[in-house]
Amino acid sequence: MKLHLRIWRQKNGQSKGQFDAYDLDGVRDDMSFLEMLDVLNEQLIDGGNEPVAFDSDCREGVCGMCSLVINGKAHGPLAGTTTCQLYMRHFQDGDCITIEPWRSSAFPVLRDLIVDRSAFDRIMQAGGYVTLHSGPKPEPNSIPIEPAISEQALDAATCIGCGACVAACPNGSAMLYTAAKVSHLGLLPQGQPERYSRVQSMVDQMDEEGFGACRNYAECEAQCPKEISINFISQMNRDYLKAMLREPVDRRSKMRAQ
Amino acid sequence: MEFDAKIPAGPIEDKWTSHLEKVRLVGPRNRPQYKIIVVGSGLSGSSAASSLAAMGYDVHCYCFQDSPRRAHSIAAQGGINAAKNYRNDGDSVFRLFMDTQKGGDFRAREANVYRLAECSTGIIDQAVAQGVPFAREYGGMLANRSFGGVLVQRTFYCRGETGQQLLLGANSSLAEQISNGAVKMHTRAEVMDFVVADGRTRGIVYRDLVTGEVRSEAADAVVLATGGYCNVYFLSTNAKGCNVTAIWRAYRRGAAMANPNFVQIHPTCIPAAGDHQAKLTLMSESLRNDGRIWVPKNGGDQRRPSEIPEADRYYYLEERYPRFGNLVPRDVAARNAKDVCDGGMGVGATGYGVYLDFRDAIRDQGQKSVNAKYANLFEMYERITDEDPKKTPMRIYPAPHYTMGGLWVDYNLMTTVPGLFAVGEANFSDHGANRLGASSLMQCLADGYFVLPATIGDYLSRHPHGEMSSADQRFKDVEQDVQGRLAKLMSVRGKRSASSLHRELGKLMMDQCGISRNQKGLGDAIKKIPQMKEEFWKNLSVPGSDNQVNQALEHAGRLSDFYEFAELMCRDALHRDESCGCHFREEHQTPEGEALRDDEKFANVSAWQYRGEDSDAELYQEPLEFEAAPLAQRNYKT
Repeated sequence: MKLHLRIWRQKNGQSKGQFDAYDLDGVRDDMSFLEMLDVLNEQLIDGGNEPVAFDSDCREGVCGMCSLVINGKAHGPLAGTTTCQLYMRHFQDGDCITIEPWRSSAFPVLRDLIVDRSAFDRIMQAGGYVTLHSGPKPEPNSIPIEPAISEQALDAATCIGCGACVAACPNGSAMLYTAAKVSHLGLLPQGQPERYSRVQSMVDQMDEEGFGACRNYAECEAQCPKEISINFISQMNRDYLKAMLREPVDRRSKMRAQ
Repeated sequence: MEFDAKIPAGPIEDKWTSHLEKVRLVGPRNRPQYKIIVVGSGLSGSSAASSLAAMGYDVHCYCFQDSPRRAHSIAAQGGINAAKNYRNDGDSVFRLFMDTQKGGDFRAREANVYRLAECSTGIIDQAVAQGVPFAREYGGMLANRSFGGVLVQRTFYCRGETGQQLLLGANSSLAEQISNGAVKMHTRAEVMDFVVADGRTRGIVYRDLVTGEVRSEAADAVVLATGGYCNVYFLSTNAKGCNVTAIWRAYRRGAAMANPNFVQIHPTCIPAAGDHQAKLTLMSESLRNDGRIWVPKNGGDQRRPSEIPEADRYYYLEERYPRFGNLVPRDVAARNAKDVCDGGMGVGATGYGVYLDFRDAIRDQGQKSVNAKYANLFEMYERITDEDPKKTPMRIYPAPHYTMGGLWVDYNLMTTVPGLFAVGEANFSDHGANRLGASSLMQCLADGYFVLPATIGDYLSRHPHGEMSSADQRFKDVEQDVQGRLAKLMSVRGKRSASSLHRELGKLMMDQCGISRNQKGLGDAIKKIPQMKEEFWKNLSVPGSDNQVNQALEHAGRLSDFYEFAELMCRDALHRDESCGCHFREEHQTPEGEALRDDEKFANVSAWQYRGEDSDAELYQEPLEFEAAPLAQRNYKT
């Protein structure tokens, strides 16, 4: 099939960007969306032109590196699908496709369709872990975990950190991402000792990064390639409220000072 | 050059514990003075970086992706082995060791493999403590599944995303150490070369992939956790960014490369559809637990698979290997798939595919129970091929998946360059000529959580810290080398993209150094690769500039190293004049078509030493000893 592409081009974070138009012929049904862009890029490079920069790595829908807002939807029109797993059979011959980077002030554009998502890593560093060292640990079967709880934790942990929730949200909120990370550990017995300090620090970091507030649009859930439920957001809100009601003592820095 | 594997004396079951008692340590007060660079943030890199930082070392970690969580370990699907014997089915550390040795066709170092089996149980404990949500049984105990090449159930799993969950666990520990200030994380940074001075590793030179700047970082030790080199085949199950550059540059600085030809071709991948294909997708081996593999008996049978009666189906693995059936090791499964397809029985548009059928599993266990195990894999398959495996069999074909070869390391995981270590897939040590399923995650985490943190102190404690700074002239020299290479790539100004050139190299390697190899093919490849390399340096096109994000330049740089590496791979395959595990030389097979080893000549590790641009690499052979597990012909038939 033949496609008309409108692609966001931007030299770097400082420069202004614009949409450039490209016509691409010979696109096949069994190409993935990124393979379609590979074909475009090969043609550009062969002609000595700069290819369209976009992030991708595993191309199996699990590393979370690929992104792209395709015709206004994060990861394109298909529910529960990353861009790398989106196939061209879902488009028609002659379609005009608009391709943009994630748009959020917390995710600055680095080049063309590549954005800087390091804000997500900083949210994780604020508390998305169980504090421990490597070395001998208790026998895991000594703490039985109800399979339903373990599965629910996995439903949250399946988040690939791609940032589609932020791109999809009219407010650019990162609540779904943060909630998935908070809930994964908050549900499991291993996560209990730090449950309330964790939610507090991670939510505070999220606010500091400049993500918007949650207004229950639920676009994040609708466009999440892993279909993570917004119920995790209410779970996080409950934990956050409880954390706020606890004595606001910063024990962590005291302990470190010892 | 020193070529001592430093294997501790004593009976195999005591080697690791007695080694731990003897290795030199760095005291807690001194550890913050020692700077360690970890290159790579996958399972082995994240686990090593976080463990070393938790001990107190000053750690710097580098990855080329935008976040440590993207490293390709994330894509491992099936599971991780551990000799817990939770199923009470006769498992033990010794049995896991034996299975791994046998699976590797007796081309791995016994002492390392035994240690791997010993460390396996602690990995599960560590991961559960981090909050890795492994599958559980109704009573809350950990669940297990079986995997190819073994007769016990020892594989732990998280649906079909065990790699992601284990990596998130290791990454969470890394995040903790980053927040403590003990790890400095550098993302979108590609390590391009190493500084070796006075016979020791002094640091790295890397390129900032956003600004294009070339910078140096000095350290007291460097750990390579850079994964495998399957992308030499262009089409593989690896992520697009996986490359050989770091270990190849280490090789050029003096680290020996061991068994580079040992590449695992995974039997269950979705077949290629056409030339546009960017990569191949793996379908977890766990599918072989319930799926039955077959081809139509009559080549070119045009009927839909569901219309082909039992009598016209050839369940070739079940018929040829009655004891293991569909669960034979990966190399055996891959070779048999090629064999039936070469015999004209293959299915799909290209004729290179076989069926993996769940009809009988659904009939016996019910749709629900089969779904519970494989739902996400079924979805993934349907997304790519537009076919529903619950209704029609999957089509699968082998694809390059994992590289057993890599940098030669001693028992302490140190390469032949003092101060340069290699962990995980980047080293050669534990899987011999073929890796068993669910063993790569195990090895990465054993290396990172338990082995390296114990052994690296033995090197560090012998040297003062901070001996050389990155302001040293020798760092500037290597920076200039790197800048020179980048400038050379930019200056070709030809007409072809790196992708189109890479595809050609990949096809050649797949044909001549893939599932099966022979003397003539390898000889041809060794002649053709330099011609391809010449075409690359004449006709490469890298538009743009090198002081910005330039993905064409990144690809070109990686490909230039793949050419040199491919040649060494073929030389290694040609030299190893026997068949073993994944390395199937057509000249050496049993009357039944099985791999025929030559233990007289090749019960050893081939380690290649770089001897300059214009000379051939020099070969050293590390003899392998078989005390605990005597040499035996692999037999998965009876």
